[in-house]
Amino acid sequence: MRSLLVLFIALPLAAAAAAPPRPSPLKNGSEFQSADVRALQADDFANPMALWVDRGRALWSAARDGRSCAGCHGDAAASMKGVAARYPRFDPALGRVVDLGQRVAACFESSGGAKLPAESDDLLALTAYVALQSRGMPLAVSIDGPARATWEKGRDLYFTRVGQLDMACTSCHDASWGKTLLAEPVSQGHPTGWPAYRLEWQRPGSLQRRLRACFNGVRAEMPPYDSPDLVALELYLAWRGRGLPLESPGVRR
Amino acid sequence: MLGRLSVPPTVKRGAPFAVRVIVQHPMETGFRRDYDGKAIPMNIVDKLSCTYGGREVFRAELGSGIAANPYFVFYVVARESGPLAVEWSDDRGQTGKVAADVKVA
Repeated sequence: MRSLLVLFIALPLAAAAAAPPRPSPLKNGSEFQSADVRALQADDFANPMALWVDRGRALWSAARDGRSCAGCHGDAAASMKGVAARYPRFDPALGRVVDLGQRVAACFESSGGAKLPAESDDLLALTAYVALQSRGMPLAVSIDGPARATWEKGRDLYFTRVGQLDMACTSCHDASWGKTLLAEPVSQGHPTGWPAYRLEWQRPGSLQRRLRACFNGVRAEMPPYDSPDLVALELYLAWRGRGLPLESPGVRR
Repeated sequence: MLGRLSVPPTVKRGAPFAVRVIVQHPMETGFRRDYDGKAIPMNIVDKLSCTYGGREVFRAELGSGIAANPYFVFYVVARESGPLAVEWSDDRGQTGKVAADVKVA
């Protein structure tokens, strides 16, 4: 009887550890921005990401070695609709979980294009153009099957304290969202607006760059771009923000 | 250099209309250093002008206090239908131009 009782107590605990609770109510990233930043994001002309979206649109149909994105995928508005909401996801050809930028770069390179480095204008432009096609659609990543191990790794990283400040992602984004850190409100940390134009950077950047900035903020060693740790965190965050509408291309302080 | 220009599809004769321009440029101030401590040289758009029907209607001289990818909104009075063009140049001689046709109804 006692062992059964222990089982009944232990089971919900185990389930909670497997799928941690989410902030309530869920709030999208832009809800933590000031009114003028939100207005800039909502204005399709003045949103500075529009410059990169234009560049991405041109790249989409530009021929490279006789091939182009449009040659295989056709009209992005149709073929790329909803794609960004499903990333990061397990890629059978690459044998690992990749984020949208990595998928775009791999596809671009394997179809006669150059190798697009992380945070390059071309990669951010193409990724932003693809992400734009899913604007307003709810985040819906799969964490089943081969993506499960990556999700678990991301979850563990999310709760691991790092750096001289000895803080985990959860220390701010679950325990203290809505409070103020220096001059900024602390968000819930949902990855809905990326790649985004960050005013602090004066240019667009990927979610990986934003995550690295958080590592830097708690004075921890920053994981290199495209490291498995960053992708695992991206997958965990996308799962954690599931159901929130994508708002890329976003504008963030 | 990439830029975006927006004017209303049609404007009323004699009425002012908004011209919106956004220019892609890093607007590097010259005061920053990179991760190796080396000074990043200054690189800013220093001149921007707008012509409408062949006549200059707006001119701006920019300094290093302007943010990257500067965004301008100014008002022009609609006189005649004609081309409206915005040109800019940076301190390294790089230039850019965006143009649109203004239709006066």
